[in-house]
Amino acid sequence: MQINGAQMVIEALIEEGVETIFGYPGGAIMNVYDEIYKQDKFHHILTRHEQAAVHAAEGYAKASGKVGVAMITSGPGFTNAVTGLADAYMDSIPLVVISGQVPMSLIGTDAFQEIDAVGISRSCTKHNYLVTRAADLPRVLKEAFYIAASGRPGPVHVDIPKDVTAEIAEFDYSVELDLETYKPHIKGNPRQIKKAIEAISNARRPLFYLGGGIINSNAADEVRDLVSKTGIPAVETFMARGTLSHDNKLLVGMLGMHGSYASNMAMSETDLVIALGARFDDRVTGKLSEFAKNAGVIHVDIDPASISKLVNADYPIVGDIKSVVKDMLEQVGRIDPKKYIQWRETISKFNELHPLMYHEDSDRLKPQWVIERVGELLGDSANISTDVGQHQMWTAQFYPFSRARQFISSGGLGTMGFGFPAAMGVKAASPEKISINFTGDGSILMNVQELMTAVEKKLPVINIILNNNYLGMVRQWQTLFYDKRHSETDLSVQPDFVKLAEAFGGAGYRVKTKEEFDAALKDAIKKDVVTFIEVSVERLENVLPMVPAGGSLFNMMLLGKKGDK
Amino acid sequence: MTENSERRVVSVIVVNESSVLSRITDLFSARGYNITSLTVAPIPESRYSRLTIVTSGSIRVIEQITKQLHKLIPVYRVYEHADLVEKEMALVKFPVSENITDISTLCEAYNGKIVNVGDNVIIAMVADEPKRVDNFLKIIQRYNPKEIVRSGAVALER
Repeated sequence: MQINGAQMVIEALIEEGVETIFGYPGGAIMNVYDEIYKQDKFHHILTRHEQAAVHAAEGYAKASGKVGVAMITSGPGFTNAVTGLADAYMDSIPLVVISGQVPMSLIGTDAFQEIDAVGISRSCTKHNYLVTRAADLPRVLKEAFYIAASGRPGPVHVDIPKDVTAEIAEFDYSVELDLETYKPHIKGNPRQIKKAIEAISNARRPLFYLGGGIINSNAADEVRDLVSKTGIPAVETFMARGTLSHDNKLLVGMLGMHGSYASNMAMSETDLVIALGARFDDRVTGKLSEFAKNAGVIHVDIDPASISKLVNADYPIVGDIKSVVKDMLEQVGRIDPKKYIQWRETISKFNELHPLMYHEDSDRLKPQWVIERVGELLGDSANISTDVGQHQMWTAQFYPFSRARQFISSGGLGTMGFGFPAAMGVKAASPEKISINFTGDGSILMNVQELMTAVEKKLPVINIILNNNYLGMVRQWQTLFYDKRHSETDLSVQPDFVKLAEAFGGAGYRVKTKEEFDAALKDAIKKDVVTFIEVSVERLENVLPMVPAGGSLFNMMLLGKKGDK
Repeated sequence: MTENSERRVVSVIVVNESSVLSRITDLFSARGYNITSLTVAPIPESRYSRLTIVTSGSIRVIEQITKQLHKLIPVYRVYEHADLVEKEMALVKFPVSENITDISTLCEAYNGKIVNVGDNVIIAMVADEPKRVDNFLKIIQRYNPKEIVRSGAVALER
């Protein structure tokens, strides 16, 4: 079929089964938008900023497990999208981001809205393309979707000059991909798996260290099975929250800088770390030389470069988690769950000694209470997004997650402004679930313009703003490590969040008590419109436990007794 | 990374397409790896090019370099050489007033010769192992070289 480049983009998206894309038009991408106007196979959500378009595509991808798609124009359209690309790259989120570019004849002339887009995106994408002729488009787009979703997923950027979108060429999407240089390793080496099982059966205090790769690999069911059949306790990273249900007896909790005492102590005392799709991030390990000091390490990951990058793996297994865990399950009979009774008891004693908790010792509501309360009221019926900061850590600590893909947050890059647009993408992907975004008074203002998108496209995200009138996490570090010099973190001057939401056509609530909160949440769910619930919370609450940056996991700052300040 | 830092030679076979060289060099700069020298040329009768990169780092760093290079989509193979034949070329320009016989004899000892004689300058070429090229360049200092250019190393596994 002979069609132009813009029509090829549309046809490729349809062939890929894309139902929703997020974007913002502009000069260089207009030919494609003209074709979007003419079609009715997929839905376009116009965000009010390109960064939000990419974050929404990320939320959509994370909630649905499909490839998220964003479309933007050249120059500033593209540069606005870079934070989203970087965020998706750090968290291995499959995206295809299509940008317009100035016509081929103008490339390199400093033309209007020209920027070297592939030069910029090279270091924050899994792969990128500058398409120089329409004849290449079918292959490039097919490769882009394949590369984004396969192996260790990630964002792929496709930059298309305006004249290429007008050029006519043959479109045949049935072309076989010929990626001689890209062949992800799916199946784990059977000998290595056998050795790993043997190591597990010989260990006395083994510990599962579950990472975000499990969710990318859709392997949560298999991992739950493996954990329950072996009886080995498990800690989750921030990115893996929801892999095991909150009420799973073998789930110790989240580990790392703001992990629970029991999780961090278990990691410090284990004799065998079984890392599944985790990457030994510095926020997880603390001081590397003290991390799981006396333990052997089994490391399963689809990305060979993640293995032995920071911590040497004694049993490296390159492969897809789902495939490897399935293979492990076949040999699981060699592991006796009774062997670890004492180890499990040790861990529950850690937990009794310093459980994850907070004190209700303030006139204002405690942010942790709000999160727990939403968990009690909504539990599994909500998908939970967050922005970045204290509220994000409290959410990871206190929300009772019960399934994979329930928790959507910016882990690696830590992008403030991620939560609201991501929660819109989540809502677009799973409209049957309530979409909650826990956010802070700092983060919410970083993509607040998306109120307009949410109103227009009927994406009733409930933003719960835990307002402490501070840039809370920075304030916490200033309190602890900078002798309470709260430099530029006091956010006492604020907009009226209720009026702000209402100005865009959303609903706003200002809440100071538990009763008011319950009522506001119920009303917001009933109203079915984008909402700000501004909760006035204790200003100086800290996220605890805390392992100071670069410290050892077992040296935690813990919550003091009630009334201690 | 204070572990033993050693000189290493890595060969990379890549699809010969635009921007592939920047993908490689961006990776080195983004992850803080060194490039001592880099040569690149197409492999005859194929769609690939071969890069020879001389770098330095501990075993762990070199392992990471190899793995990270492999992750780049257009990278076909990465060889981290242990047993290899390695050669580098150098061109040196001398004033014609210097002792040409001496220079010519030295060049021969380093697998080279005088390749051009002009009105004011002569140009000599040597092609040898990089360490020996170092040596040659040290020795010829007394003949007042006006300009020196090195090609960077190329290597093949034995």
